[in-house]
Amino acid sequence: MPSVDDWINNPLGIVEGIFAQGTGSPDWEKKVLDYFKDKMEENVSRTWVPSLNDVPLHYLKPNGLVRFRCLVQDMFAPEFYMGVYETVDPTTESKALKCGKYKDVTECAPVDFNSRKAVTSERQTFYCVPIPGESAWVKENYAGSSQARVVPSTSYTPNRQKRSFEEDEEMDSQPQRQRETNAGTPNSADFRGNGDSRRQERGARSSAASPVSSPLDLNFPLPGEQGPACLVKVYEGFESYKVNDTLEVFGILSVDPALSGVNDEKEASSVLDPMETEEEQRAHSPPASLVPRLHVLHIQPLQHNNPLLPPAASEERRAFLSSFLSELDSVRSELLKYLTHVLLGDALAAEYLLLHLISTVYARRDVLPLGKFALNLSGCPHSCPYTERLYQILQQLVTSSYRLGMSLANMNGARLVPRKDYVANRLVSGALQLPSNACLFLDETQLEQGQLDATGVRNITALGNVISWQKVDYDFSYHQMEFPCNINVLVTSEARSLLPSDCRVHLQPQLTPPDLEEYLGAVQAAQLPSQLNKYRTYLSVARELDYNIAEEVTKAVEDDFVDMRKDDPQSISAEDLHRLLVVSRLLSLSFGQTSLSRDTWLRAKNLEMVRMNRIQQQKCANGNEP
Amino acid sequence: MSSPASTPSRKRGRAADPPTSGSEDPMSPPSQRPRSHDSSIGDLQPMPTSPAMDACSPAVQDTSLFSSPRRSVLLSEVDASSPLLYGTPSSRVEGTPRSGARGTPARQRADLGSVRKAPQVDLHSDGASGDNAVASDQAGGQRLVIWGTDVNVGTCKEKFQRFLQRFVDPTSREDENAGLDLNEPLYVQKLEEISVVGEPVLNVNCGHVQAFDGDLYRQLVSYPQEVIPTFDMAANELYFERFPDSALEHQIQVRPYNALKTRNMRSLNPEDIDQLITISGMVIRTSQLIPEMQEAFFRCQVCAFSARVEVDRGRIAEPAVCRNCNTTHSLALVHNRSAFSDKQMIKVQESPEDMPAGQTPHTTVVYAHNDLVDKVQPGDRVNITGIYRAAPMRVNPRQSQVKSVYKTHIDAIHFRKTDERRLHRLDEEAEQKLFTEERVRTLRELAAKPDVYERLASALAPSIYEHEDIKKGILLQLFGGTRKDFSQTGRGNFRAEVNILLCGDPGTSKSQLLQYVFNLVPRGQYTSGKGSSAVGLTAYVTKDPETRQLVLQTGALVLSDNGICCIDEFDKMSDGTRSVLHEVMEQQTLSIAKAGIICQLNARTSILAAANPVESQWNPKKTTIENIQLPHTLLSRFDLIFLMLDPQDEAYDRRLAHHLVALYYQSEEQIEEEYLDMAVLKDYIAYARTYISPRLSEEASQALIEAYVDMRKIGSGRGMVSAYPRQLESLIRLAEAHAKVRFSEKVESIDVEEAKRLHREALKQSATDPRTGFVDISILTTGMSATARKRKEEVAQALKKLIQTKGKTPAMKYQQLFDDLRGQSETAITKDLFDEALRALADDDFLTVTGRTVRLL
Repeated sequence: MPSVDDWINNPLGIVEGIFAQGTGSPDWEKKVLDYFKDKMEENVSRTWVPSLNDVPLHYLKPNGLVRFRCLVQDMFAPEFYMGVYETVDPTTESKALKCGKYKDVTECAPVDFNSRKAVTSERQTFYCVPIPGESAWVKENYAGSSQARVVPSTSYTPNRQKRSFEEDEEMDSQPQRQRETNAGTPNSADFRGNGDSRRQERGARSSAASPVSSPLDLNFPLPGEQGPACLVKVYEGFESYKVNDTLEVFGILSVDPALSGVNDEKEASSVLDPMETEEEQRAHSPPASLVPRLHVLHIQPLQHNNPLLPPAASEERRAFLSSFLSELDSVRSELLKYLTHVLLGDALAAEYLLLHLISTVYARRDVLPLGKFALNLSGCPHSCPYTERLYQILQQLVTSSYRLGMSLANMNGARLVPRKDYVANRLVSGALQLPSNACLFLDETQLEQGQLDATGVRNITALGNVISWQKVDYDFSYHQMEFPCNINVLVTSEARSLLPSDCRVHLQPQLTPPDLEEYLGAVQAAQLPSQLNKYRTYLSVARELDYNIAEEVTKAVEDDFVDMRKDDPQSISAEDLHRLLVVSRLLSLSFGQTSLSRDTWLRAKNLEMVRMNRIQQQKCANGNEP
Repeated sequence: MSSPASTPSRKRGRAADPPTSGSEDPMSPPSQRPRSHDSSIGDLQPMPTSPAMDACSPAVQDTSLFSSPRRSVLLSEVDASSPLLYGTPSSRVEGTPRSGARGTPARQRADLGSVRKAPQVDLHSDGASGDNAVASDQAGGQRLVIWGTDVNVGTCKEKFQRFLQRFVDPTSREDENAGLDLNEPLYVQKLEEISVVGEPVLNVNCGHVQAFDGDLYRQLVSYPQEVIPTFDMAANELYFERFPDSALEHQIQVRPYNALKTRNMRSLNPEDIDQLITISGMVIRTSQLIPEMQEAFFRCQVCAFSARVEVDRGRIAEPAVCRNCNTTHSLALVHNRSAFSDKQMIKVQESPEDMPAGQTPHTTVVYAHNDLVDKVQPGDRVNITGIYRAAPMRVNPRQSQVKSVYKTHIDAIHFRKTDERRLHRLDEEAEQKLFTEERVRTLRELAAKPDVYERLASALAPSIYEHEDIKKGILLQLFGGTRKDFSQTGRGNFRAEVNILLCGDPGTSKSQLLQYVFNLVPRGQYTSGKGSSAVGLTAYVTKDPETRQLVLQTGALVLSDNGICCIDEFDKMSDGTRSVLHEVMEQQTLSIAKAGIICQLNARTSILAAANPVESQWNPKKTTIENIQLPHTLLSRFDLIFLMLDPQDEAYDRRLAHHLVALYYQSEEQIEEEYLDMAVLKDYIAYARTYISPRLSEEASQALIEAYVDMRKIGSGRGMVSAYPRQLESLIRLAEAHAKVRFSEKVESIDVEEAKRLHREALKQSATDPRTGFVDISILTTGMSATARKRKEEVAQALKKLIQTKGKTPAMKYQQLFDDLRGQSETAITKDLFDEALRALADDDFLTVTGRTVRLL
């Protein structure tokens, strides 16, 4: 039986072992999968696997088992590879059957392309990036729980990028040189000519391409993101994954320099395939040292990205949930208090903010997404640091978030909607390519008067679409493609936002601290890490609870609606009922109740009434507000 | 480079390329099936040759390597019809007319690749008796087949010739066959066409081959590389038999298309490698023309001896030794005497309709050769028939290490643009959208249900509550009427599309309805009146920065040709933009005259528009026109105008509440039970639109006439015209659409009844004069009511003045007041007008009318 180190450090050995045992029988593939699935589902052993997210690439062993928490940013076309192939030893003429699965390059001996035993199989490549907007605490928690023993490689140099380029060149040219010397006299002239031109070409390329290339664009959805991107090769069930899915991938790391299209010989590849532009090569086969390949052994789709919750569907999870549910109420009131302080003493706004934080699109009825709860927090102090601090505080609570200051420059310049780049044949990411349940914080207080250009209008429309339909229309230049999303949008503005929203709360500060910044800092600092962890768990747990409405409550709700309409048809419309149903749902969940009770319904109604009154008042006070 | 010893094995591998060779491969049974299956039948000789024989056959070395002089001699000795010869590049040696007497050179088919050498070689090795064997196989019972396949050249050729001579398709509806006599053998006529036109390309519909001979079709799909040259041969023989004097540029090439294996790009898998496939997609990029060397010309620098080497898999085996003077490495490539062929790379992306939700589209590389180069442009929707290929990639050309990944592409044999045909004919979906028999059966079953109309209507946007009639209207719009062509009588096309306008209070889920429809139909466009300019709707001209060529970019209306254009916030649209719609909504065309481009584009689109009232709330005291402030000329082009108002009634409220609450707690399954699946609805509509074109029955026409006459009568009583031919046309369209919903080829009286009802409902909502309570079509058709109202207002003012001059009398006699006013006014005042004036004043709370007395307030 292989030891632990074996399956982490040399998974290919295990694959080959199983392959050799079961030669001829088709179920060796399944055996491999089962073997690794068993390992991954064990909670202890999975933590031994080093993660690409927290360990720098050069610390990791090539061909070792690693894991990667990521978002599927793009899907490339499926590729056919040699699943099983036969090699012929040129000297002995002996043939050997090899397994090509989980590998990028065949083994040294010449391949017999005509072998009858060869099997061609299909796999798909996903371009994966670290989860965009992932909060720092999530990263820390994951890194902290990892038990992987990583030995720094001896050749560690801090400037990774530079080193990798050099090394690739180095490795690439070495065999060449050998060949040149070996090639003998006859066509040495020819060879030298070739070599020269290549060298020239290389020089030309580095100078010409440098402005475009220098840092390879890793295509992260959000600006300023860190971390490795990865080409994930999926062997099984690749039809079931979608763009923007968040996954935890376990696979074999491959950093073979031969893979990098860019440092390959230019002339050769261009003869073979003039269609592949340099851009496309860069996008589809970037240097392996920057974008490693990962051959998937096991994929765990992430329902949530909260490291504080035990993995789904385990015994441990159930026990954890039942214990947490008992203290849910107290956590809720603590969190509410905290949010009230943050929102300058406005308890109503805090209540709504809490509901917003646990909202999620739980179903879609034809075009209508259900459960979304985009919140517009109007009346925010204009002084910029307030919204900024508010965002920082939220960042500490949610798993992923992004703050978009809606300044004119930003709206006119930002790339929000992903767009297909046909030259490089890839999906160029945009800020709206966010994982499920990400918190999008739109800061409208930064918007000033001025001219929106075409891009700006498109961006605003895109934001509107996200809020009203929870979809993003990706731009495929010849047509648009609709991608559903699930993003919690929070808009902070001074008055009513120009964007649509499901619900607007006007902030009524109860206290006016002399120094806003200091005050918020103090509030934030007063929270113990253990408390914060409770809040974080609370938000994830409440969001995932099941929910239903009992028959009798349905009846009561209907009666209520009819009565309200009877008194004053103008007071409540179908849209209001929609909102009331969402609010009551979220309110129930926030108390850990999985079905709507009459009390909660009344409470929701009351909450809505107070909110509406406040908006009315504010309208009267302002006068000119529409 | 390649030694004789290694050659045969490599060649052999060609026929048994890794993907198809996987006899142990559990993943690819289909590719393997034909072979093993056939050998089990036992009447075929499965593997006729052995590698050893190949190796010792002298011809092998010749054909594969430095070949020309000896081979051309060899070739000329062999019968020209032999498969060994067909299309080999060597046939072009020094332009020697290959098929002697006919003088028509064969042109190499780059689309089939140079791979044909494998079968050649193998056949040749036992080819000494090859032709005899073919002749005698009926007697001997033993047949020869091309290596690695079950294709016997002789039989295959014979079968195909029989197909060409006999195949008749009386039901053909393809436009390519326009002008051909459908009861005569189709392809014989096409050969005649070739002799007239001189374009030596014979397009063969694989569907026809399949209908004629299933086995031949199977062979064609499984071994295109071997079978297509055989077809070529057969076609040429037949052609030159018929037209011995005909001179063609090169020999006829057979181009099969519409291989029934029509596939979505996504479903291509390793089993399809080296098979004939047809996929549909959209061209996204084309490369420059690439001259690809077919045959390299070498000349010895010592003795000027020349040698030709054929390109094999993109590589040229440079002869190391001159065979004339035995000098080593003396041969140099002479570029301008080498033979090149055109090649172009095309990137195709799968069409948006084929894509599963949430995934990105796949792309495939297609190589076009010779005259197929530059046939398509980026943005074109095409159906491509070709051979799917896979080739291993080398990490480095000079290293033996290979990437374990294959590069795949398609060698195109035939292109068919799907959108081009839209320009002159419709129903292109007939071929695009194939329904399985099972699906058709479920659809037919559904259609047979008596309440199918109600069912479909309720399946439409189930999340939107009630508005049954509106949904029914939209349903009929989705089906559309029957297209009729009156261009013979000078009327041009008769609009078959139904246009609908929804108006109503904000927040009555109009937008949601539009979104739903936009998501439902394949060629839908969604624009908002606020955001779209006339240019965005129609088309604009841009100049390509590279070629300085003017390019016409189409807008939403043209893009939704044959679909539905959803326009939200119709009222916010600028007048200029809206005026564009006039032409589109009746003539169904768009005329462009811009930057030197004058053209008329088809825009056979249905328009589904939504408008908000001007005063943000619907004013029930005003007419539709007054509420939405749209020109009546445009309004009259809508077949149905619906109001979406809040009914404010308790029973309705209760049902609404129930509906909404259910929306929030019902599980997916429950919903699905209750409503039809969106996919079924989509297919149902597509099927009906494609296959059903109902015609009016006698009975229905009578009913329509009556209905129209009735409509005219209503108004005539009050001296107004209340219906125009446009309304009759609307009725016809709606009745036809309703017949389509029932999958009926005949419009019957129930269809007319429903059309009438719906039309009336819509009119009742939109064309009711709020003051009189009468349906007044003139509000929509002529806008007359607006001017009438002006007149009425004048009268009302006059009346008011009259009453005010009378001083403070609280009550007056009706008749007296009427007489007074008549006496005072210069123009004639009818009783109706007087009544209306009174009512207007009553509306203003100036007075009330009770019985015969008028009281001031």
